[in-house]
Amino acid sequence: MRNKTLAAPYLVWMAIFTVIPLGIVFYFAFTDGTGAFTLANIDNIGNYLPIFVKSVWLALVSSIICLIIGYPVAYYIAGRSHRGQRFLYMLVMLPMCISFLLRTMAWVALLDDTGILNGFITALGMKPLPLIRTNAAVVLGMVYNYLPYMIMPLYTVIMKIDPRLVEAAQDLGCSNPQVFRRVVFPLSVPGIVSGFTMVFVPAVSTFYISQKLGSSGTTLIGDVIESQFKTAYNPNLGAALSLVLMLLVLICIGVMNRFSGDGEVATV
Amino acid sequence: MKTFNKVFTVVVLLFLYVPMIVLGAASLNAGTDPAVWKGLTLFNYGELFRDGVLLPLLLNSVIVAVISSMLATILGTMASLGIHAMGPRMKRTVMGVTNIPLTNPEIVTGVSMALLFAFIGTLLKISNVLGFVTLLIAHITFNLPYVILSVTPKLSQMDPDLREAALDLGCTSGQAFFKVVIHEIMPGIISGALMSFTMSLDDFVISYFVYGPNFVTLPVEIYNYTKKPLQPKIYALFTLMFLVILLMMVLMNLLEARDDRRQSLARRALAGRRERAAE
Repeated sequence: MRNKTLAAPYLVWMAIFTVIPLGIVFYFAFTDGTGAFTLANIDNIGNYLPIFVKSVWLALVSSIICLIIGYPVAYYIAGRSHRGQRFLYMLVMLPMCISFLLRTMAWVALLDDTGILNGFITALGMKPLPLIRTNAAVVLGMVYNYLPYMIMPLYTVIMKIDPRLVEAAQDLGCSNPQVFRRVVFPLSVPGIVSGFTMVFVPAVSTFYISQKLGSSGTTLIGDVIESQFKTAYNPNLGAALSLVLMLLVLICIGVMNRFSGDGEVATV
Repeated sequence: MKTFNKVFTVVVLLFLYVPMIVLGAASLNAGTDPAVWKGLTLFNYGELFRDGVLLPLLLNSVIVAVISSMLATILGTMASLGIHAMGPRMKRTVMGVTNIPLTNPEIVTGVSMALLFAFIGTLLKISNVLGFVTLLIAHITFNLPYVILSVTPKLSQMDPDLREAALDLGCTSGQAFFKVVIHEIMPGIISGALMSFTMSLDDFVISYFVYGPNFVTLPVEIYNYTKKPLQPKIYALFTLMFLVILLMMVLMNLLEARDDRRQSLARRALAGRRERAAE
């Protein structure tokens, strides 16, 4: 069935439901409520610059923490027996099957001013700590929710590294840290790149985590976009912000792919 | 270093399961505040089955997930076959389009589809265009790339001679597909379908922008719930779901482990027989 036309229904589908909608976002970003051309929305984006910076900053911090936490875990899993790998991989993926809304609510219950952790703290005779509604709480929520997305690609890449390469490096006189630094780590860069992207993209555009674990000071760009469509109802400004968010993510992916040295878009 | 990695992995896994423990405990808590323990009860589980609100919403989610993953699997497998037949240049362009929903932030996908549906609504003069159909379309759209990304690698791994042999032996192109090719790429089709199903079942962000009040899925309702005081029966529902999935995964793991053992036993037996034959 060597037939290109089999892809035709798919291409039509993607054109209507992916490409055209992006065109509409573009159209809305450059028009006002009456449909007349305007640059006011784009102009308005300047007011949201601090929020953009904050979103990128928190997402970046979360991605780096995910990498630092996720790498040793992925490395450990990849070094187990076949059965051990499957079991540990399952344990990492399992929490993802519970709605992330509820997992975030569980963190609210843990971190709240009168929450579980502060219950322990006051029981120990100390003053309750301001845990929730901080930047740290938002970062924690991001790291918690997206950590498996980092471990997944890292594990896949590290697992596939040929053990003979490691042995060869050892035979040639590398110490264990050297083997890691000069063989294993460079070979796992594609996994780092796709893991980083898979954490950064949802983290920079989230709106639920910041609503629940943050305060008005941690309003992120996702919150602003959501409110333009759901409460403030200014889809034109929302579209302009979406457009900038999309560009931001594309630039990020482009930069990340420079690191990995191949031109393919890093996904899954 | 090894022991450090081991301890670290255990700590991280515990971290991943902390919220599950909180949700499980909250589902058994007699009080409504998960932070205050008021005693053990199964009341919330009873409520869940009595009130008849959450379970139909779960059914809605399952309906959308089943239909959208099935349609996406069919459309995506066809597309993969088509893409496989394309030249490198065209292939790259099509894969670029396939990557759009994967690399775009979910909120942008949701917003762009909401704008499209609103546009179609004004075009066709339908006042409330959002509903089951829009939800289904959105889910199929974000499921398609997962199917294509799991089927296309299987197609390129497949030995092209297999299909040609089938054709030489008198199969039509269609027969060659259904008798030979489909078996070779089945693991990819299955994993694409499973991935679509889970993505669809759990999707909140995109659904949130394209759902209508007449057809609400469970994640969307949870979001609307969490704006009000939470109802503990939600914890009960998710604890049950978690246990069911845990059971399924453990069973799958055990079955696979058994298969592995059988295979290695068979291999060993075979090797032993060969050795004896050589003697």
